[in-house]
Amino acid sequence: MAVDASTSARGDLILKNLTKSYGDFNAVDDLSLVIPKGSFFALLGPSGCGKTTTLRMVAGLEEPTAGSIFVGETEITDMKPYRRPVNTVFQNYALFPHLSIFENIAFGLRRRGISDAEVKSAVDKVLNLVELPQLATRKPNQLSGGQQQRIAVARAIVNRPALLLLDEPLGALDLKLRRQMQIELKWIQTEIGITFVHVTHDQEEAMTMADTIAVMNKGKIEQMGSPEELYDSPKTAFVANFLGQSNLIPGQVSGNDGNNLIVDLFGTKVSVPKARSSAHGVSVLVGIRPEKFRISPEGKNVSGNVLTGGKVSDVSYIGVSTQYQVEMPWGKELMVFEQNDDDEEMLRKGENVTLSWEPIFTFALDGSENAAAGSH
Amino acid sequence: MKKLTRWLSKNLIKVYAFLGFTYLFIPVFYTFAFSFNNSGRSNLVWKGFTLKNWKNPCGAPDICMALGNSLKIGLISTILATVLGTLIAFALGRYKFAGRSTTNLLIFLPMATPEIVLGASLLTMFLNLGITPGLVPTIIAHVMFCISFVVVTVKARIASLDPRLEQAAMDLYANEWQTFRRVTLPLVAPGIAAAALLSFSLSFDDFIITNFNSGTVTTFPKFVYTAAARGIPAQANVIGSSMFFIALIVVVVGQVLSNKRKVKI
Repeated sequence: MAVDASTSARGDLILKNLTKSYGDFNAVDDLSLVIPKGSFFALLGPSGCGKTTTLRMVAGLEEPTAGSIFVGETEITDMKPYRRPVNTVFQNYALFPHLSIFENIAFGLRRRGISDAEVKSAVDKVLNLVELPQLATRKPNQLSGGQQQRIAVARAIVNRPALLLLDEPLGALDLKLRRQMQIELKWIQTEIGITFVHVTHDQEEAMTMADTIAVMNKGKIEQMGSPEELYDSPKTAFVANFLGQSNLIPGQVSGNDGNNLIVDLFGTKVSVPKARSSAHGVSVLVGIRPEKFRISPEGKNVSGNVLTGGKVSDVSYIGVSTQYQVEMPWGKELMVFEQNDDDEEMLRKGENVTLSWEPIFTFALDGSENAAAGSH
Repeated sequence: MKKLTRWLSKNLIKVYAFLGFTYLFIPVFYTFAFSFNNSGRSNLVWKGFTLKNWKNPCGAPDICMALGNSLKIGLISTILATVLGTLIAFALGRYKFAGRSTTNLLIFLPMATPEIVLGASLLTMFLNLGITPGLVPTIIAHVMFCISFVVVTVKARIASLDPRLEQAAMDLYANEWQTFRRVTLPLVAPGIAAAALLSFSLSFDDFIITNFNSGTVTTFPKFVYTAAARGIPAQANVIGSSMFFIALIVVVVGQVLSNKRKVKI
């Protein structure tokens, strides 16, 4: 009998030096990665970064140019897709239009020769899990987008794969439904304990659901870690800008103060926790998230790191917060998000302001980074 | 005057549709009406209503033998052309190979060639090969011109098929054959059925190519053509009307079934 890992292989997903080239272009470039068993893992990146290609290679729908793929101890690199312990939720769901919802979900079970009675009980169970038992006899085109999405998930997880791959599964849904499905998917994953590998370009989606996020850019992984880690201590400008927004200000390391680096920003000294710096040399990019700034009228007493001489160049009120653009003496604008949680008056365009923030909220990147990389 | 313009602007499309359908269906109506004609030798003048033609459709000499030949040729040609054409359509629609675009072009040629030319050259070819005109050469000729129509019809259906459905099947443990059998074939089936119906009607209807290559075998179109000289029997109208109604029933049943599937929401 041919090797069939579809039911036996279990364990971590391991990618070793995985490469996919189209001519001179490396869509996936020497990618090595371990995705622990049972985790909810997100591959996050802009379109064309190689995340979907990586997923398709794991599913067996695309052949790697080089490298290998393992599930636990079992190598699946050259295995046919139908022998892999992997199921996919496709971007457009790819439900079979000629089969009922019941038969769509039963498809994988029937191909593996499972008895009718067991198929029936497994399908009923998973339909209850996704809370759509009443739809069993319908055809896919009679379902709403959100319902189709859940059936696509049900059709995959009913097979109890070692690995569930989700290719932008929420891309076709409207915002409200997407939020709801994010919570539901996370819940399903916790409930059944299968490893989920989720490909998305939506940073919010990745952060809501995943335990671990790998940010991909140009076929390589820029940085990998928990959502908090990536947001609080980005290691590259691409990650700093792609995950949320960042103000990146060039500066020079001028000294040392215990656990902090002292950095000179256009003549002003600020301190940066050493633990949050990934700089190699003297030249650095100091990063502050827009919501970490406090904005005050000029002359007011402030503490922490302070930048003076700013001038409000734009104000937009968006309900939960007010967003300011502040022009600094060195000619660049900084972005400031101020929570509307006190009765302080809104600052006006043209007003002179001082920006301040807690030093622990500062991160530093190497000065060789391109400050604009990954901006939206 | 104003009233008339307003009425026209509201109802012109209905008037136009009525005239259009009348134009299309008058010949069918004539055929049907004259199948009830109490005719003598020729069925050109109305001589009174009778059911005798419908009660005895094989009453005219040789008519049912000709019909049998046409059905036989039609069925065999349809099966062969549908199978071969579907295989070609899959090759052209799914795979890239050297000579693919040339094949695409060549497939169109039999449709573009005048039938009279095809018929005459086929006869020349058969005679040169020492094959006597008859049933088999006729079937070979019919398969040939039907294949092009099958390829075009089925290929359109394959092109509209989302390749991700087959990938999903493979992802769900279906091997190549199971994927074809469970997903690809059922989804392409409506195209194949349409191609088969088209083949059958082309073959059943064909006179020119058949006339060159069938020798002494009489088909229904040949029978009607020959009979025209001495007077077409009313039974020909019975058979013609029956074919029309059978086709109508097939189409209506197909529509009702597919509507039922959609409305069930």
